[in-house]
Amino acid sequence: MNKESAQQSAILSIGGLRLTPDASGVLYESHEKLLIVSDLHLEKASSLARRGSLLPPYDTLDTLKRLSLVVDRLRPQTIISLGDTWHDTHGPSRMSDDNAAIFTALRKNMDWIFITGNHDPDPPHFSSARVMDEIQMGGVHFRHEPKIKITEPEIAGHLHPAAKLRAKGRSIRRKCFISDSTRCILPAFGSLTGGLNVLDKAFDPLFPEQKFLTHIVSSDQLFTVGPQSLVSD
Amino acid sequence: MTRVSNVAHSMLPEIFQSWFAARGWQPRAHQLELLDNASQGRSTLLVAPTGAGKTLAGFLPSLVDLSSLTPSALKKRGLHTLYISPLKALAVDIARNLETPVSEMGLPFTIETRTGDTPAHKRARQAERPPHILLTTPEQLALLLAHRHASQLFADLKTVILDELHALVTSKRGDLLALDLARLHRLSPSLVTIGLSATVREPIDLQRYLVPQLKNQAHQSELVCVTGGAQAKIGILKSAKRLPLAGHTALASMPEIYKAITAHHMTLVFVNTRMQAEFVFQELWKLNDASLPIALHHGSLDVGQRRKVEAAMVSGTLRAIVCTATLDLGIDWGDVDLVINVGAPKGASRLMQRIGRSNHRFDEPSQALLVPANRFEALECQAALGAVEAAAQDTPDARIGALDVLAQHILGMACADGFNTDELYDEICTASPYATLTREDFDRTLDFAATGGYSLRAYEHFAKIKQGRDGIWRIATPRAAQHYRMNIGTIVESTMLKVRLGRMTKAGTPQRGGRVLGEVEDYFAEGLVLGDTFIFAGEVLRFEGLIGNEVIVTRAAKGVDPKIPAYAGGKFPLSTFLAERVRAMLANEKEWESLPPEVSQWLEWQKEKSVLPKKGELLVESFPSGDRFYLALYPFEGRLAHQTLGVLLTKRLERARMKPLGFVCNDFGICVWALCDLGEAMRNNSLSLDDLLHEDMLGDDLEEWLSDSSIMKRAFRYCAVISGLIERRHPGQEKSGRQVTVSTDLVYDVLRRHEPDHILLKAARADAASGLLDLKRLGDMLKRIRGHVVFKALEKVSPLSVAVLLEIGRESVYGEAAEDLLADAERSLLEEAIG
Repeated sequence: MNKESAQQSAILSIGGLRLTPDASGVLYESHEKLLIVSDLHLEKASSLARRGSLLPPYDTLDTLKRLSLVVDRLRPQTIISLGDTWHDTHGPSRMSDDNAAIFTALRKNMDWIFITGNHDPDPPHFSSARVMDEIQMGGVHFRHEPKIKITEPEIAGHLHPAAKLRAKGRSIRRKCFISDSTRCILPAFGSLTGGLNVLDKAFDPLFPEQKFLTHIVSSDQLFTVGPQSLVSD
Repeated sequence: MTRVSNVAHSMLPEIFQSWFAARGWQPRAHQLELLDNASQGRSTLLVAPTGAGKTLAGFLPSLVDLSSLTPSALKKRGLHTLYISPLKALAVDIARNLETPVSEMGLPFTIETRTGDTPAHKRARQAERPPHILLTTPEQLALLLAHRHASQLFADLKTVILDELHALVTSKRGDLLALDLARLHRLSPSLVTIGLSATVREPIDLQRYLVPQLKNQAHQSELVCVTGGAQAKIGILKSAKRLPLAGHTALASMPEIYKAITAHHMTLVFVNTRMQAEFVFQELWKLNDASLPIALHHGSLDVGQRRKVEAAMVSGTLRAIVCTATLDLGIDWGDVDLVINVGAPKGASRLMQRIGRSNHRFDEPSQALLVPANRFEALECQAALGAVEAAAQDTPDARIGALDVLAQHILGMACADGFNTDELYDEICTASPYATLTREDFDRTLDFAATGGYSLRAYEHFAKIKQGRDGIWRIATPRAAQHYRMNIGTIVESTMLKVRLGRMTKAGTPQRGGRVLGEVEDYFAEGLVLGDTFIFAGEVLRFEGLIGNEVIVTRAAKGVDPKIPAYAGGKFPLSTFLAERVRAMLANEKEWESLPPEVSQWLEWQKEKSVLPKKGELLVESFPSGDRFYLALYPFEGRLAHQTLGVLLTKRLERARMKPLGFVCNDFGICVWALCDLGEAMRNNSLSLDDLLHEDMLGDDLEEWLSDSSIMKRAFRYCAVISGLIERRHPGQEKSGRQVTVSTDLVYDVLRRHEPDHILLKAARADAASGLLDLKRLGDMLKRIRGHVVFKALEKVSPLSVAVLLEIGRESVYGEAAEDLLADAERSLLEEAIG
């Protein structure tokens, strides 16, 4: 990589889009006023509760509130939710009225595109929102699951990338973006969604020879770190 | 013989009397006293040093009672006696020892053990047809009590014997056992309990633990104390080499330790951490020209290997074992004639317990050697010596029962017959750790166990326990019962990875091949980089890679030094009691004579260059060094309290714009350094020590730091597992690519933002405050030193502070916030790109 890209690593040029990874964990395209968020996993706690894990029932509220803050700050016109918006098919029916109201407010005066994910193959249709398996903008494909062989650039989610590094006797593990010049995978935005280490073999075919950068999200700051500084779980 | 024992002696059946006589023994007074108490239905705490025949004393009442039954009555008799031990190895060992008198007297009792290793079919049979005497652990007892037929199983239980009670009651396991005891007392109201304990500071705490507590009124068992025994012969090892100022390896003393081993038949070398054990073992073998059989024993070694060492020890084929706390408890491993304690003993009671391992014959003196690793530790060893001579004790205070353990117990009781809320609350309050439990906390814990205890009532449909129309709470689903059984217990291990010898393929990739050497904590394995060398299982190993959940290693070439530092200070903080003795020693020059010369000289220097604090004073020094300005404090309150103080002090200095950069501490003192001249700021009164060390630091400053600290997250993780919020990971459950379990850190963050007064946060907070931060001790110290702070502005480092400063590099220092480390990594990327 050359000097310039390292210094300006906070902006990703993928296809015809110039995307800024945001410290909140979303991706933003200021020219198109486009915000991309992935893996909200709404109603995850209530989904797990059905199987006996009574985790705090505040994840949906927490996720929506955090997203509302980002939206208020960046003021996008279009939001793409890159799939797994819901943790399971019945998620929408379990959502409380209060949370539904917040979600409705979030969609007001904005175009939403819900990409389908493996957790929500058939998400609910809201007015002024589209549901699609994939969408193309500026020569870039937006889909949930990254494809191994791509001929055109893509932006995806699904894998919940996380980076771990170790220094001075401590290890730190955080959600992150992982990208190269043709691909970017977003961290999971949902409050109770963890991460998969980017050194896991699941990432190997997507970023051969570990040529990638991670943009690590920590306490509302973003740090760009290369694979040589990372460790596996 | 006292009157009581005369009476009791006549109670001893003929067959027992002749058994004692045949061995040339006399029943001891305390054994008969226990027999007498038990026969009158009185519970008893027996406090006795090792070798006093404690075990036999505990079992004698049961054996006598069972021997009075006719063969047919015996056949019908269900469970008569439960024996609970903190270690499963101890339960197995005791069962073996019990077989001897029982078979020699021809008594037809059934005696069985039940541990996690007992096969499932045997455990099922034990619940159906129990033996007369069952030896088991607190976890297995909890499982039995959660059984549907628990009330029948324990209805005729007559005696419970609790071994090593002093060790059990200081942890959450003690809380769990207390709750189970409360249930046993209820199922079998005439139950007699017998507690066996080493000497403790407050036997009354244990006496209360043994019997049901009544409302607003303490209640305690009888107490039988065995005093005497020969005074132990303890010395401090004099090393030919000078004691270093810092460090914990005791490297300089290895030749003398080896010499002591050659002069005895069997030596136990106790150290405080696994890493120290590995180090000492390595060093001893370097000196072992005579090839004496010296072995290694610690908790991370493979079970098979540990059992081999133990067997060799019993058979007398070993000359020395280097070991950690795994051999602390009372397993009788044979003829030890010398105990060496390397490093600081940390507490007088712990030291006595270890010394007690030597010479199990009650009336002969134990031999012990203390080996300080640095000059501070020399002070501590001397203080411990004084404490042992004065037979002074420093065991910790009685616990307040933990709420996460209570949540687990509530689920268990719902799995059994079910419970009525008021009755269960009353029952739980009879357990001494829970005697002060408020109804509100109980109700909230019950609510937590049922539906998660959230103020947002979202999970009524998914309740784990439900109240029936009859008012009885029962487990809601078989799944919830299964979940409870799988998650029983209070010991949350950090994830362990197996260390396996491997080989390299031609392509240079590691491959599994050889045997498993043992286990390491995952945080240790995480720190390893390919090619790193470290000491484990007594060898220098080379890290070759991770395969699945195994650390693959090869043997390092001969002469290769371990690269990863394999030493660490003691895990246990210096006890309050010893700390006080050390402070008193510093203040009293007469006592310096008994110290090694380099230590007393070091104190002389300190007196000359700075000052030594008088009793009750806290010394604070300031001095410049390099381009930094240092502040050194010597509270002698132990590492944990010092770490907490370090964090809070740095925060205050930050607010005072002193630009603090970091701090380091050990068991004795703490050093903070900053960019601004701290000494000057004190002199011109822009910085006040009184303000800096004000107790109010334990208010908002603490809360602000704590809420986001990894300490709270760790405490929360333990509580989440114990209380059943998160499922335990079980061995064999391989990490799958996608994380299945939700990280407790994420749960913590969400819960803290939305329900900061949730009961589980309260439980985690209580744990962090007592276990990891030592808040009470810090608070007591701040109160104590108010108005007694001695400040000394120096031109350069003082002799005392050097010993603290040398910890830099060994200990992590402040300022390594996650974001700083990430920024470092980012910089290294930039440098690589530019360079």
